[in-house]
Amino acid sequence: MTPRLAVKDLSVRFGTDEGEILAVDRMSFSVEPGEVLALVGESGCGKSVTAMSVLRLLPSIASVSGSILLDDTELTTLSTAEMREIRGRDISMIFQEPMTSLNPSFTIGFQIGEVLRRHEGMSRRQARERAIELLELVRMPAPRSRVDEYPHQLSGGMRQRVMIAMAVACSPKVLIADEPTTALDVTIQAQILDILRDLRARVGTSIVLITHDLGVVADIADRVEVMYAGHKVESGPVDDLFANPQHPYTVGLLGAVPRPDLAGGIQVRLQEIPGLVPVLRSEPEACVFAPRCVRATAECREAMPPLELLQPRQHAACFHPGSRVADYSEGVSA
Amino acid sequence: MTTAALAVDNARAWRARRLFRRFASRPPAVVGLVGVILVVLIAIFAPLISPYDPAHGDYNHVFLAPFSAGHVLGTDDLGRDVLSRILQGSRSSLSAGLAATLLAAVVGVSFGLLAGYYRGPLDTIIMRATDVMLAFPFLVLAVGLAAILGPSLNNAILALAISSVPGYVRITRAEVLGLREQDYVQAAIVNGAPDRVILFRHILRNCVSPLVVQASITIPTMIIGEAALSFLGIGVQPPTASWGIMLSSAQGYISQAPWYALIPGVAIAITALSFNLLGDGLRDILDPRATK
Repeated sequence: MTPRLAVKDLSVRFGTDEGEILAVDRMSFSVEPGEVLALVGESGCGKSVTAMSVLRLLPSIASVSGSILLDDTELTTLSTAEMREIRGRDISMIFQEPMTSLNPSFTIGFQIGEVLRRHEGMSRRQARERAIELLELVRMPAPRSRVDEYPHQLSGGMRQRVMIAMAVACSPKVLIADEPTTALDVTIQAQILDILRDLRARVGTSIVLITHDLGVVADIADRVEVMYAGHKVESGPVDDLFANPQHPYTVGLLGAVPRPDLAGGIQVRLQEIPGLVPVLRSEPEACVFAPRCVRATAECREAMPPLELLQPRQHAACFHPGSRVADYSEGVSA
Repeated sequence: MTTAALAVDNARAWRARRLFRRFASRPPAVVGLVGVILVVLIAIFAPLISPYDPAHGDYNHVFLAPFSAGHVLGTDDLGRDVLSRILQGSRSSLSAGLAATLLAAVVGVSFGLLAGYYRGPLDTIIMRATDVMLAFPFLVLAVGLAAILGPSLNNAILALAISSVPGYVRITRAEVLGLREQDYVQAAIVNGAPDRVILFRHILRNCVSPLVVQASITIPTMIIGEAALSFLGIGVQPPTASWGIMLSSAQGYISQAPWYALIPGVAIAITALSFNLLGDGLRDILDPRATK
């Protein structure tokens, strides 16, 4: 099967006053039709930058190289006008912050309808009717009366539903969800994930889910790409990767998730990964994770390990792979 | 009408009622609104309610004091009825105030949108140009422009409008800079909205409140400006009446007929004050930052 979205060797550099920053380094991934791919990592790992570069929404200080194929269309070489056609119709995006992502001056029905009028050439009346259907699809209560309400009349969860309704209005091929549940409370999170699952089944949309919430990943994703400092450090199907993580960073991330089901009533201290994500200025000459890694050896400080197939369906970039839990209590050798 | 459409109308009506209540609870604002409505009505119906032809002189009755028979506000140096001239003068004042404000707002907002949204060299050019204009005091710039353009009401309006463009550019640009970073603007781009839609629907629509306030503050400035230009002889030309011209001719007779200078002065003051009070009231109810 040909992938719906194929990103190959994507690098993103930002020119800043303090010199160049390498935000994403030779990142490759692909999403099949109807698949949910999760991009996982700490804040500052380049997840959002990767997503923004797919939509070509990065500011002009960013220079992007590599290839982004949507079906057979190369997105990196499209004109601004062609890209505008793609946005909202073939690829759309849900943001993290539903409270501010709607224009306060217009009704939600108008804002959902705007996308339909632009991309599908619908009349105002048609667009309004379709907006009501979409609100039903995202399980908005009383869609027929809600459609004429303004954003300030809705709760955060409802606004996120409106955002999703806008994003899926044209049945996009790819939906990028940038931390869609972070700003919502847990019961609403579960409902939003249900809606996304439902959409994938009904519309066949591929979903790129950006998150640092591994619970959300386990719940909905098919495959996971773990990012660290702009690099893919591990990837694989969600079940394999969660059961048998190879890269110490993935092991660390999973160790930081509270698991009352495994603790068996005993209080267990959560594992943390000491240190912060580094800011890269150029292509690394050592493993990017080495400064924070307990397994790091001299080898790790001399070269960036390549991404290798370590398990039947799992890739990882590490010289010392394995799922054994890292013991950070011994401290990190710098 | 569908029930949903009714619901929208109800929501709008509710919002309008709430704004009105907030407005009505501010007596100065209400006084300003009443004053503005009165001046507008007077300007519209001036020819119908004037007791005399404002340009018709009667040399047998010059400098009649106010409240003399037939002339409530007296007569001027040429025996013309002052009340009729005040009524007619309200037309130049109001048309200058409104037209110049509208013109300045349209031009200023357009440049402000462009500068704030596209940034870059365009922003630099526009903002440096406004800085240059702001280096001159408002009235000095207006007088200079009016002198270059030649004396007439239209040129006075043009000169006043150009002089107050920088204020609008600055306010609009500042608003746009904040709004363009809003998530819903990003969301609109993600949904494939062209610049035109983003600029007008998502950005301009949300900076209307400060612009309305700015407009209501500019109008009295324009009215005073028009009076000043006419006073200096580079605005409205005789025999058309204007409060500025009346002041100008009254200053020669200030010791013989002080009321003659007082009356147009009071007219200007009341009109400008009404607009100012209205503007303050609008700012209070429209600007969320000023709301307690």
